[in-house]
Amino acid sequence: MTTYHLRVNGREHAVDTDPDTPLLYVLRNDLQLNGAKFGCGLGQCGACAVTLGGEAVMSCLVPVSVVGERPVGTVEGLGNAQAPGALQQAFIAEQAAQCGYCIAGMMMRAQSLLANNPTPTDAEIRRHMMPNLCRCGTHMRILRAVRRAADALHGKGAKA
Amino acid sequence: MSRTLQSPSRRRLLAAGGSLTVTFAIAPAWAQDETPLNKGKMPGSLEKEPWLDAWIRIDADNRITVFTGKAELGQGIKTALLQVAAEELLVAPARITLVTADTARTPNEGYTAGSHSMQDSGTALRHAAAHVRTVLGELAARRFGIGAPAVTVRDGAFQAPDGRRATYGELLAGQQLHLRADPTIPVRAPDGHTIAGKPMQRVDVPAKVTGGVAYVQDLRLPGMVHGRVVRPPTPGARLLEVDTAVVTRLPGVLKVVRDGRFLAVIADGEYRAVKAAAALARAARWDTPPTLPADPTPAVLVRALPAKPTPILARGTPGAAGRTLAASYTKPFQLHASIGPSCAVAQLAGGQYTVWTHSQGVYPLRDALAEMLGADKAKIRCIHTEGSGCYGHNAADDVAADAALLARAFPGRPVRVQWMREDENGWEPYGPAMLTAVRATLDPAGRIADWQYDVWSPPHNTRPGKAGNLLAATHLEKPFVPDTPKPSPQPEGSGDRNAIPYYVIPNARVVHQFQERAPLRTSALRSLGAYCNVFSIESFMDELAHAAQADPVAFRLRHLADPRAVDVVRRAAQRFGWDNYKKTPRRGRGFAFARYKNLAAYCAIALEVEVARDTGMVRIVRAVAAVDCGEIVNPDGVRNQIEGGIVQSASWTLLERVRFDERQILTRDWAQYPILRFNQVPERLEVDLIDRPGQPFLGTGEASQGPTGAAIANAVADACGLRLRDLPLDRARLRAGR
Repeated sequence: MTTYHLRVNGREHAVDTDPDTPLLYVLRNDLQLNGAKFGCGLGQCGACAVTLGGEAVMSCLVPVSVVGERPVGTVEGLGNAQAPGALQQAFIAEQAAQCGYCIAGMMMRAQSLLANNPTPTDAEIRRHMMPNLCRCGTHMRILRAVRRAADALHGKGAKA
Repeated sequence: MSRTLQSPSRRRLLAAGGSLTVTFAIAPAWAQDETPLNKGKMPGSLEKEPWLDAWIRIDADNRITVFTGKAELGQGIKTALLQVAAEELLVAPARITLVTADTARTPNEGYTAGSHSMQDSGTALRHAAAHVRTVLGELAARRFGIGAPAVTVRDGAFQAPDGRRATYGELLAGQQLHLRADPTIPVRAPDGHTIAGKPMQRVDVPAKVTGGVAYVQDLRLPGMVHGRVVRPPTPGARLLEVDTAVVTRLPGVLKVVRDGRFLAVIADGEYRAVKAAAALARAARWDTPPTLPADPTPAVLVRALPAKPTPILARGTPGAAGRTLAASYTKPFQLHASIGPSCAVAQLAGGQYTVWTHSQGVYPLRDALAEMLGADKAKIRCIHTEGSGCYGHNAADDVAADAALLARAFPGRPVRVQWMREDENGWEPYGPAMLTAVRATLDPAGRIADWQYDVWSPPHNTRPGKAGNLLAATHLEKPFVPDTPKPSPQPEGSGDRNAIPYYVIPNARVVHQFQERAPLRTSALRSLGAYCNVFSIESFMDELAHAAQADPVAFRLRHLADPRAVDVVRRAAQRFGWDNYKKTPRRGRGFAFARYKNLAAYCAIALEVEVARDTGMVRIVRAVAAVDCGEIVNPDGVRNQIEGGIVQSASWTLLERVRFDERQILTRDWAQYPILRFNQVPERLEVDLIDRPGQPFLGTGEASQGPTGAAIANAVADACGLRLRDLPLDRARLRAGR
C-alpha cells in the first residue's frame, strides 16, 4: 500500500492503495464516485472515461501511481441532480440515455472536446466520440446532447 | 376536474389485518361482496394478482406507493408506469413512489421481457388505479355527506363545494384497499389525459448523468467484499489441478472457493479480487478437449442439429401455378454484449439470503437459487437493482448465482461480484444461430400464390426457474443439469416468432424446426427469432417484388389487409420520400415492415445506405421509422426505444458474429466482437408515431430490430446489386460479394 494524493473534481484526496490499482477502482471504491464505470478493463469501450489533465482517458488503464498532480475530472464534477451543469442539462433535455451505463463516460469524453474546441462541427463531435461504445443505440441523442451543450456554452456553434 | 360518483345504498367497512375491506351491496358497477367477482379473464397482470393493495398503497400522510413486478432495464418502464398510475389516480407523478420487482414487496409478474411490460403491468395498474380512485371518491362523498358529482379532486385530495378537503390518505386513515380489482370500472378517457400520452422526462436519467447511485454496480454496502469467478478456459474444459495456496497468500485475499470446476476468490478490495482471480487462473491446469463443431458456419452447423418439426401454419393447398423463387438465410450466434459486465451483490445473514440483481425475473431467479443452494425460497429475497442494459437473458442471473454461492462461502458479509469483459463475452447465453428456407410462387398478376417457409433454431429460452439454467450450478462438483428447453407456443413463438408472414397469401405453410440443443448455450436475445425471420421474409419480399417487377412498397401493400399495417407502411414511405427517390451512385434505399409477434407493435422502416465495395463499408445515410404501438403513454420513451432498436439492429446486421474454434470462444473483447460506433450510426434518424388512443398498449422494445435488418439488406442490394442472405453483412462479405 502506498499513499497517493489525487486532485479529483477540484478537491484533494489522500488514498492508500496498491500502486498498480487502476484509477477507475480508486475513483469508484476509495472515493466512492459512481460516474466512471467498469466496462471492459481493456481501454476499448470508454465507460470508464474521465478527464486527466483535461484530456479524456480510459481510467481502467491508468495506474493510480502515474496520475501525479494532473487534475482528474469525473461526471460528478460537472454538477449534480439539483444543479446540473451544461452537459448534464443537455443530456437530460435530449433524454440521451437508455440504460445509461455508458453515459458518464460519454459525457467526460464530450467534456474534453468542449474544453479544447468550444465550437465543434457535427463531424468533429462524431469523430471525437468514436472511442466510446453505447449498446442501447442512444447515439443520435448523445450527438444531439453534445451539440446542445456546445451551443449553450458558446453560443450557436459552427455546423458541418 | 370533477368525477361522477354514484352513491351506494349501503356500505360496510371491515378492517382486517391492516387492510380496509370495502364492500358494496348493490350497484354501482364496482360494488363487491366477499365472493370474488370477475369470473372472466382479468386485464394484464391483474389476472395473476387481482388485489388492489398489492399494486397501490396509500399512507395516512398521503404518500402513494405503486408496486410493479416489472423491472427498469433502461427502457424507461418506470416512467411510463408512473404516468399510467398518476393519470388514473389524478396525482402528480412526483407524488408516487414506484417499487419495482422485489420478491418481498411486489407482485410476481414473471419476466420483464417480450415487450410485455406495458401490456401486463401498465394495463393492470391502469385498472387498479381507476378502481382505487373511484372508491376513494365514494368515500369522500360519504364523508362530505353530499352527492358524488359535487365532489372535485385535485392532486390527491377531494374537495366539497363548501371548501372541505380530504386527502386520499386521510380517507383511508392508514388502512389499505384490500379489494379485488374490478376491470369494469371505467378508466379515464384518453382525450382527457394530462399525464399519460404526454412526453415526460425519465425519472431515472438525472441520477445517471450526475453519478448518483443508479446501478447494482454502484451498491456499496457496509462490510462489502469483492468476489471474482475464474471460469474454465473453454466450455468443455476439465479442471485437472489448482494450487489455491499461492492465491490465498496474496494481499487482501479472504477466501478461495473451489467446488468442482467453479473457482472463485473473495478479497477485501475490488482490484485485489481481480488480481487474485488472474493468479488463480494461472494456478489452474485444465484439459481442454475439442467439444465445439469443426465448421462454425450457421448454415452447416444449424442444419446438422436434430430438429423437431412443428407445423405452425397450413393454409390452402400447395402447388399453385406460376413462377417459383427460393432462398435461404442465416444468422450467426450473437451477443447481448452489455456495456457493463453483469453484476450482483449477495449476502447471507441470519440464515436469510438477500440478492441484489439486475435479473429480468426476480421470482424465477429466486426459485433457481433456492434449488441450487438447497435453501427454502422463503429464505431468499431477490431485489431488482438496475444494471447495464441486458437486451434479454444475459449473464444477470448467472452472476447472481455466483454472488449467492460466494455469500454462502463467506457468510455475514455482502459479496459483490462483477464479471470481467472476457467472461461476459465468453459465457453469457448467446442469441442462437438460425437458418431459414423460403420458397414462394408468384401468379401471373404478380401476387404471391403459394408460400413455404421453414425455420431451424436452437432454443431462445433457457431462463432460470431451474438451477440447471444457472451457469455456476452446472460447474459445481455435483452439477445441476440444464432444464430441457421448450419452444414458446404460437402466436408469440420463440424461434418461430414472426415466422408466419403478416401478408395475405392464399396458400402457405410454415414449419418451426425446433432444436433442443446447440453446441453453445443460447437464450433470449431481444426479439428472439423475429429478427432473423423478419430479415428473411422481408428480404425475400424484395426479391419477389423484383421478380414481379413491382415497387417494393407497392408489392407489400398489395399483400396487406390490416389497415394499421397499411398506415405505417404508407407513412414510412411518405416520410422517407420513397416515390420521389433519386438513386445516386453507391447509394440505395431499402424498405421493410413487420408487426412484432404478428400481434403487437407495427413498424415500417425506410432507409438509405451508401456502400463502398472496395472497403466493404456500409453507412446508413438516413432512416425513417413509422410505428403504431397502440395508445402511446410516453411518446419520447417510444421514440427512444425505436431509435435504439434501429441502431442496435444495424450493429447486429452489419457487424456481429460470435466466432469460435473447436475448443473455445474467440470473440471475447470489443476488438474481436466489434459493435457499431459513432462513425456508422445513421446521419439522420426519424421516428414517426401513430397514436391510437383507447387501443391496448403494445410494447416497443422489440418492434424495430427485424425491419431494420431487412431494410439494410434491401438497401445494400439496391445500392450495389449484391443480395446478401447471410448475417452479418460485414465488410468481408461485401468485399467478397457473397
